[in-house]
Amino acid sequence: MSTSYALLGMLGGRPSYGYDLKHAYDVLYGRSKPLAFGQVYATLARLLRDKKIAVHDMIRESGGPERKQYAITPLGREDLEAWLTQPEHMTSDSQAVLFAKIVTAILLDKEPNIYLDTQRAAHLARMHELTEKRRTGDFAESLQADYVLFHLEADLRWIDITSARLRTLTREILGERQRLYITS
Amino acid sequence: MSGNDYILQANNVKKTFGQTPALQGADLTIRRGEMVAIMGPSGSGKSTLLHCLAGIFAPDSGEVWFDGKRLDTLSETARTELRRTAFGFVFQFGQLVPELTAADNIALPLLLDKVQRKEAYKRAASWLERLGLEGLGNRRSGEISGGQAQRVALARALVIQPKVLFADEPTGALDSLTGEKVMDLMVDIAREEGTTVVLVTHDARIASYAERAVTVRDGKVATNTKQVAGAIK
Repeated sequence: MSTSYALLGMLGGRPSYGYDLKHAYDVLYGRSKPLAFGQVYATLARLLRDKKIAVHDMIRESGGPERKQYAITPLGREDLEAWLTQPEHMTSDSQAVLFAKIVTAILLDKEPNIYLDTQRAAHLARMHELTEKRRTGDFAESLQADYVLFHLEADLRWIDITSARLRTLTREILGERQRLYITS
Repeated sequence: MSGNDYILQANNVKKTFGQTPALQGADLTIRRGEMVAIMGPSGSGKSTLLHCLAGIFAPDSGEVWFDGKRLDTLSETARTELRRTAFGFVFQFGQLVPELTAADNIALPLLLDKVQRKEAYKRAASWLERLGLEGLGNRRSGEISGGQAQRVALARALVIQPKVLFADEPTGALDSLTGEKVMDLMVDIAREEGTTVVLVTHDARIASYAERAVTVRDGKVATNTKQVAGAIK
C-alpha cells in the first residue's frame, strides 16, 4: 500500500532503476524493515500495469541482464498527490503511512507540514464528533468515546512532535537524497 | 452566507512585539453563535490572535471586524467600552479579585455597568445556581477550589450576556475531569444563550468541544477542521 506510493514518490523526483529504488527505499523509508527485491519488482510491475509508471529507458551492460529505468506518469503523479492529501484513519500501523507521506513530500520538495495539518484537522473533527457523543450519550457510550478520544489524542501528540521536528527530518532526508543521487 | 452571519473577522492581521513577529497575516472568520477553538504550538500567535479579535491589542496592520464594524480603528476608550459590554473573558487562572466574594466578583461587571446593587446580586445568585455553586457566594477565591473559581470566572464573564466569550486556556490550571466539567458548562450555556465562543487551547480534548478548530502556525491560520470533517471515522 504505502510501498507503491513510496516508489512513486521516489520516481516523482527523477526516473530510476528497480535496484536503485530498493536501496533508496531502505535508506529513506525502511531503515528497520528493508524492502525485499521481489516486492520491489512486483510493485513496479503492478504500477506499470496500472499505467502509473512507464519504462523510461532500457540498458544492457556487458552481457548482463537488461535493466529497465522507470519514470512516473501523469496518472501516477495524480494518484500520488491524492494519497498525500487524503487524511488517514489512524490505526496501529498507520503511523508508518503518515511517516511515508512526510518523507515523500520532502523528497518532492513539497511543504510537509501541509499534510500533517490536514491529518491534525481530520483528527480534531473526529474528536469533536466523539466529544458530542460523550456529552450526550449514556455512561457506557461516554466511556467508549473516551477510549477512542485518548487514542486520537495520542496520534495528535505524535503529529505535533513530528511537526516540531520537521526541520531536522527535512535536513536528513534531503542529505540522503543528495547522497543517493550522487552514488546511483 | 450574508455578512451579517459573521460576528468576528480578522483580515490579514499583523502584530509584532519589538523585533518578534507574533501574527504575520492571520485571517479568520467566525459565525454568530459558533464555537471556535484556536490551537497551535507555544509562540505560534494563537493568544495574540485572540487578543486582537477581542480588541485588547490593536494590530499593526490588517483589519478586525466585530458585528459589522471595524474594531481595530476604534479608540482605546471605545474598545474598552466594547470589551466591558459586549465581550466576556475567561483566562487560565480565573483572575478573580481575591478580596471579593464569589458573588461580589460575579456582580462586579454589572455594578460597573450601573446596574442597581440589588438587581446585580440577584443576577449573580442566579448565575451561581446555574453553575452549580449554590452556597458558595460568600466565599473568597482562596476559600474555593480551582474548578469552582473557574466556574465563578465563567459566571462573571457571562453575567453581562456578552455577544462573544473569549476563553484563553480556560482549563489550563485544572485537572482533566474538572476541566471537562467547566467545558461542559461553557458549551451548554453558550448554546442556550447563543453566545459566540472563541477558545484558545493547546489541549486537543478541550479543542474538541468546539464545532471548529483552527491551527495557528508561524502567525498565520494554517488549517481548519471544517475542511476535512468526516475524512476519518
